Amino acid sequence: MGFVSRGFRGRPRDEGVKLPPGQYLVHDFPVLSAGPTPRVPLDRWEFAIDTEDGQTHRWSWQELMALPAETPTVDLHCVTKWSKLGTDWKGVSLDTLFADVESSAEYALVYSYGGYTTNLPVEDLLDGKAWIAYQFDGEELAAAHGGPARLLVPHLYLWKSAKWVQGIRLMNEDWPGFWETAGYHNYGDPWREQRYQGD
Amino acid sequence: MNGRRLVWRIARLVEIRDETPSARTLVLQIPGWPGHLAGQHVDVRLTAEDGYSTQRSYSIAAPADGERVELTVQRVPDGEVSPYLTEELTVGDEVEIRGPVGGWFVWRPNGTAPVLLVAGGSGIVPLMAMIRARRQAGSRTPFRLIYSLREPGERYYAEELRLPHPGLDVTYLYTRAVPDGWARPVGRLTIADMNTGGWPADFGPECYICGPTGFVETASDILLAMGHDARAIKTERFGPTGG
Repeated sequence: MGFVSRGFRGRPRDEGVKLPPGQYLVHDFPVLSAGPTPRVPLDRWEFAIDTEDGQTHRWSWQELMALPAETPTVDLHCVTKWSKLGTDWKGVSLDTLFADVESSAEYALVYSYGGYTTNLPVEDLLDGKAWIAYQFDGEELAAAHGGPARLLVPHLYLWKSAKWVQGIRLMNEDWPGFWETAGYHNYGDPWREQRYQGD
Repeated sequence: MNGRRLVWRIARLVEIRDETPSARTLVLQIPGWPGHLAGQHVDVRLTAEDGYSTQRSYSIAAPADGERVELTVQRVPDGEVSPYLTEELTVGDEVEIRGPVGGWFVWRPNGTAPVLLVAGGSGIVPLMAMIRARRQAGSRTPFRLIYSLREPGERYYAEELRLPHPGLDVTYLYTRAVPDGWARPVGRLTIADMNTGGWPADFGPECYICGPTGFVETASDILLAMGHDARAIKTERFGPTGG
């Protein structure tokens, strides 16, 4: 028997819900970001994928809207311990956006309006695991939650799902992003509780 | 914290200070504590006898002082962890802690740019660590604090902030009830408050905002509208969730 907190009972256990270790369930949608919320007008919004060969693929807002959309229902896990289950999104699969991108790069650096960055392996963006999401719960995505569009990679901690996404740079080398250089885990798998460096 | 693994440590409660009827400061003794910067937070883990455990993050309220770490915890109604920490835990009890966490929302005493601190409610906690770090270091960096609260009874660190601190100006804003004779009517933070209690953008201040999401959004939008550089505005937010 390890450490026990004297007199701590905790909430009634809900056996029907399985959460990653150290997470607790919420029903609202907390906001966490490191700085002011950028506001990007749609007529100037653009999303890009930059390959390791210097090729750039660009989409305007109209072009993104013209692509086939998906409506994933996913669980969110934030490194600050809250989890929110069964959230409804609408967006374009990264598989669709990568369809004409020629690249053999293994690493991606995602960058955002406002200067935020986060890194992840390219394979974590493909095969139905990631979207550029522009609707939450049937509504346009609010700026505080990353609108007009954010990356959605729900199998990793939520800081990887970059808000205000502007582009993805494909690289042959791994390049740690904003929180990854500030002590947080490079990969961030909630089921292995990879919160901080060394976890 | 580069490359250093964050391990769970046993922390023993050595002192309790009530800040308000629903918030208390916990002074913990943590053997092996590696030190921290003002503005960082810790993870607290509680474990029940059946092995169930849960974690929450709390801001550190004071600068590094050997193995002593101070947290101020606001009791969240129906919360799971904060009622235990503010009502059950007594001196001599132990909890598990790991940290420090967060390398962005920090102030270092060698900073020379003027500092603006904007607190909404219990968002004062990491900002108080910066105020105390400034004093501990004998820093002359000019600080201004704008502290928005519902009513005077909710002030944390009231006695300490009442004392004169050379180079620290404190402005209180009340949103629901004011003390007798208070000139500013109740109301939320406005650009006029930020003009009066903050710094002009040309002074190039470092701005730290901490509070509930709506407050942080408002405060940072006001600073951007006043011409402050977005890169000099650091935010830490908490929603109504937590506990």
